[in-house]
Amino acid sequence: MIKLFRFLKPYRLFIAAVLVLIFFQSLFELYLPRLMADIVDVGVVQGDTNYILRVGGLMLLVAAIGAVCTILAANLSAKTAMGFGKILRGKVFSQVEELSLSEFSRIGTASLITRTTNDITQVQMLVMVTLRMMVMAPMMLIGGIIMAVSQDAALARIIVLIIPVIVAAVIVVMNKSTPLFRAMQEKLDKVNRVLREGLTGIRVIRAFDRIDYEKRRFNDANLDLTSTAIKVNRIMATAMPLMMVTMNFMAIAIIWFGGLRIDQGTMQVGSLMAFIQYVMHIMFSLIMVSMMFVMIPRASASAVRINEVLDTVPEICDGEAAKSGYATKGHVEFRNATFSYPGAEKPVLHDISFEAKPGEVTAIIGGTGSGKSTLVNLILRFYDVETGSILINGVDIRDMSQEDLRSKIGFVPQKAVLFSGTVADNIRYGKEEATSEEVEWAAEIAQATEFITGMKDGFDSVVAQGGTNLSGGQKQRLSIARALVRRPEIYIFDDSFSALDFKTDARLRAALKRETSESTVIIVAQRVSTVMDADRIIVLDNGEVAGTGTHRDLIKTCNVYREIVMSQLSEEELA
Amino acid sequence: MSGTDRGTTTGPRPGLGREPGPAESRPGRGLRRGPGGGGWGAGHGMRMPLEKAKDFKGTLKRLMEYLKPHRLQLLAVVLMSILGTGFGIAGPKIMGKAITELFEGSIGKMRGVPGRGIDFDYVLRILLILGGLYVVSAFFTYLQQLIMVNVSQRTVYNMRKAVNDKLSRLPLSFFDSKTHGEILSRVVNDVDNVSGTLQQSITQMISAVVTLVGSVVMMLSISPLLTLVCIVTLPLSVIVTRFVASRSQKYFIAQQRTLGELNGHVEEMYTGHVIVKAFGREDESIKKFDEINEELYNSSWKAQFISGIIMPLMGFINNLSYVIVAVAGGILVTRRTIEIGDVQAFIQYARQFTQPIVRTANIANIIQSTIASAERVFELLDETEETPDSKDAKVIESPRGEVAFDHVSFSYKKEAPLIEDMNINVESGQTIAIVGPTGAGKTTLVNLLMRFYEIDGGRITVDGVDIRELGRGHLRSIFGMVLQDTWLFHGTIRDNIAYGREGATFDEVVKAAKAAQAHHFIKTLPEGYDTMINEDASNISEGQKQLLTIARVILADPAILILDEATSSVDTRTEILIQRAMMDLMKGRTSFVIAHRLSTIRDADLILVMDNGSIIETGTHRELLAMSGFYADLYNSQFTGVGRAAV
Repeated sequence: MIKLFRFLKPYRLFIAAVLVLIFFQSLFELYLPRLMADIVDVGVVQGDTNYILRVGGLMLLVAAIGAVCTILAANLSAKTAMGFGKILRGKVFSQVEELSLSEFSRIGTASLITRTTNDITQVQMLVMVTLRMMVMAPMMLIGGIIMAVSQDAALARIIVLIIPVIVAAVIVVMNKSTPLFRAMQEKLDKVNRVLREGLTGIRVIRAFDRIDYEKRRFNDANLDLTSTAIKVNRIMATAMPLMMVTMNFMAIAIIWFGGLRIDQGTMQVGSLMAFIQYVMHIMFSLIMVSMMFVMIPRASASAVRINEVLDTVPEICDGEAAKSGYATKGHVEFRNATFSYPGAEKPVLHDISFEAKPGEVTAIIGGTGSGKSTLVNLILRFYDVETGSILINGVDIRDMSQEDLRSKIGFVPQKAVLFSGTVADNIRYGKEEATSEEVEWAAEIAQATEFITGMKDGFDSVVAQGGTNLSGGQKQRLSIARALVRRPEIYIFDDSFSALDFKTDARLRAALKRETSESTVIIVAQRVSTVMDADRIIVLDNGEVAGTGTHRDLIKTCNVYREIVMSQLSEEELA
Repeated sequence: MSGTDRGTTTGPRPGLGREPGPAESRPGRGLRRGPGGGGWGAGHGMRMPLEKAKDFKGTLKRLMEYLKPHRLQLLAVVLMSILGTGFGIAGPKIMGKAITELFEGSIGKMRGVPGRGIDFDYVLRILLILGGLYVVSAFFTYLQQLIMVNVSQRTVYNMRKAVNDKLSRLPLSFFDSKTHGEILSRVVNDVDNVSGTLQQSITQMISAVVTLVGSVVMMLSISPLLTLVCIVTLPLSVIVTRFVASRSQKYFIAQQRTLGELNGHVEEMYTGHVIVKAFGREDESIKKFDEINEELYNSSWKAQFISGIIMPLMGFINNLSYVIVAVAGGILVTRRTIEIGDVQAFIQYARQFTQPIVRTANIANIIQSTIASAERVFELLDETEETPDSKDAKVIESPRGEVAFDHVSFSYKKEAPLIEDMNINVESGQTIAIVGPTGAGKTTLVNLLMRFYEIDGGRITVDGVDIRELGRGHLRSIFGMVLQDTWLFHGTIRDNIAYGREGATFDEVVKAAKAAQAHHFIKTLPEGYDTMINEDASNISEGQKQLLTIARVILADPAILILDEATSSVDTRTEILIQRAMMDLMKGRTSFVIAHRLSTIRDADLILVMDNGSIIETGTHRELLAMSGFYADLYNSQFTGVGRAAV
């Protein structure tokens, strides 16, 4: 967590000011009992009403100044804590935007969202509470001791002796409860998870008649959580009264020893009363701190998660000098490319070589884990190859800037992702400055015009977050239009047609063919019908190229391909 | 989730655990955001606008009902907190006596009054009594907390259990109409909210009231005049709290709104990470984030600052009454109306006395939001359940797998009938293909067969027995289901397969995996059958998941199958494996297949053609083609394209 505090740097003046202000506020707060002591020792003893009133006025002034200090401190600490949150959020967000796919998926989308939002709020609140309340305790402690010593050094010894004991006790309680709090958080997460699984799998659970089993699973998690919660709360229930008793006994000790000193004539009653009040102040601020400590385990767990994001070094960096390529446009070449996912024993892609040329359609087909989607991701440089290289227009993609590389590509992913905004906004995501003619053209090619014009506001119809108000096929077509509007050198369709029915699929491919005659088109597909008329089909099997050629060639020469075809078309259709 | 800190700030008397504020935070309801997710503004600071219950009284009554089994313990808690607080309350006054003695004694000694000095025996006696009081008070506080820990945690445990049990008895229509986040939020956040209040607020409330009453009584017993002077500051603190709270509310609402906006942006950008990168839009995304972030900063620091002002202001008012007591008390002492120790006692009482007022105001807010939470929980508990299985439910010993629909009618909504007068007869071992465009409502059939939904008219029989006469568990054990959206849970592969049948041995699991063509890939995983499937099951592929669910069904060995052939996210090689496994599985069993493959459809004994949720045509492939209706159209548009191209 300490590591995160580096982001507080811009606010170090504020923090210093907060510390100073709170220190003064503590002093003023503690100065009041001292003035009261004067009222008692001088005013009351001498029966001087005027003096009492005068000191009373002074006390009011002191209290007012103290209040002003706190308000200023509250202002600065609110700005500091919220500013800290802002900076941290900004850092985490832009860091995540930098991450390549392998780092991104290692942590996971859901977890990254939590880290950017919730976890940061946790840490931010801790900073807030620390600045507002936690720093108060040591200040009160120091201030109280200073005041006590200056009032009566001998009696102050009691405070100086007992305080470390109490501080030690607080630390012991913390050490005991911190791991329990941590455990409790984990157990709460578990209850959550079991519940969530119960909800997502409700049909399966009921189908297999495993309701009782699920109930048991939930109950175990529930019981586990409850028993830890009881344990934690018991510790707190013991600690608090104990602390109160210790503090109160300190007050009793002060009265006794103070009494002795009064008897000797070395101390006055007013001072004794002031002393008791110092102790009360110190006590309250300590109790406050021990309560705030409860927040620390949670915030530090959050901090660990945030740091993990910030410490992730994106593997993929831009090449030094963005070289300009040859005259050719959209020429893609794999040269003995091998790639394995981090931690995997076997490469997903092994020694892949092929070329995709402008004006041609290159199709990639293969089984699960054959590495088709990975191959596509390599072209986009979401991952870097281990050995070998990928060249676009003769330039190794690692020597290009990522921006430059991706601006050449129109990518349509397997799962259509749309953003909230209008239909036109979504298509325009491919090319910000696209005119409405261009947008309409792209929609036309993507066979999307019909359903778009059928919507209430046409191209200005609103797409809900995640595109939930559109069907899978409609989303897919918008996602295709988004790629088309870029008019890129290279089109990549990663299994983008499977959500379409055969009719639309065929029409769309026909329209595409006309429009993409000068571009390189790479299609990953599952349906043989989609790839059949490609200029080149690359059959992937277990990460290796099992065959390259046209449909006609492959059906004769490639076993794997034949198997795939057989699985989709019945014998008589093959004939 | 705020229970983690709420449940534990079990502050005894000093009201420091919570600062006064406009409203108690309610944990966010965004639980679908992964583990540890949800829970904006936990406990301190970030506060949401107050939520109110629709029926405050009724809900409160029901909540009380929940506490009834613990009423003895609760009574004890009330007693203990009265005692604990009461003994504590007596402290200052007794301490004051010691101080008075010190004062009088020392003055007497100073003035040389003969025989007048500090009576240390007397002081010692008082201090011993005081010490005893403190110990007793602390002891009662301890006991009270301890009992409350048990009561509140057990109540929450029971509530959570009740809600979960309830979920298991609710019909599927309930789950289909609510988001997971909504349900999760009730079981976790709302229940937690209730627990936090039980743990903390009830005892705080009691001790606040006792402290208030006790302090006033003590103060009155010392000096009614001084009490009056002291009470003058009271309305001031109420006004200040009100004023600040209403001011800050505006900013809290703004903060909450921007926060929502920010979350939305983050969620969207992260979900679409690949797209953002592929289209090189990182900078725009960051720019927009920064804008919202800046706005959030502006509203949140103001909200925090203004609500943070309450503390210093209250502190100032406190000091005001402190000064008044010191001055007025001092003057009264000089007039010999009260004693010096009384002033000391008064100072302590005056401090104690403003706190509970602020605290009760605060607790009132907490209780409001707790009741709102409790109401949501009760709402869930009040949902209509499935009709329970009849006690003399029939059991089909060895099911043959004959299924019949006899004048069945069904609709999700009364006004939109889906299925009317449907009659089909399926003999043992037959295959029924269900076809239709996407979204044609093919899951409706699954819902009816498995009795996830109840039919409105007619009857469905299995082996001649009305399925409503069978126990649901038994009925479902006759069926096996492989759906497209696979469901695996966080556990080993072995556990996931064994889910198909309770008490399956490892050998049986392996056998099932082999039959499902899954054994091979499982073996290649780092820990084989003991490999953990992670939380979102992302460490195995979609196709592999399907193989596992097939293995699960094989293990269950049902008489009737419901299969979804759709394999859109599965690659062809795996698809072959899945098909092979499905074919094996279908042998000798009655099968309802949501069909996508031509061969399945053509070979089916009966085809049910569905569109917009209802069955519009039935018959064999040939019969349907001859009808040249919807099916013929569908067939021509979907399949002949492939046929022609392949030739």
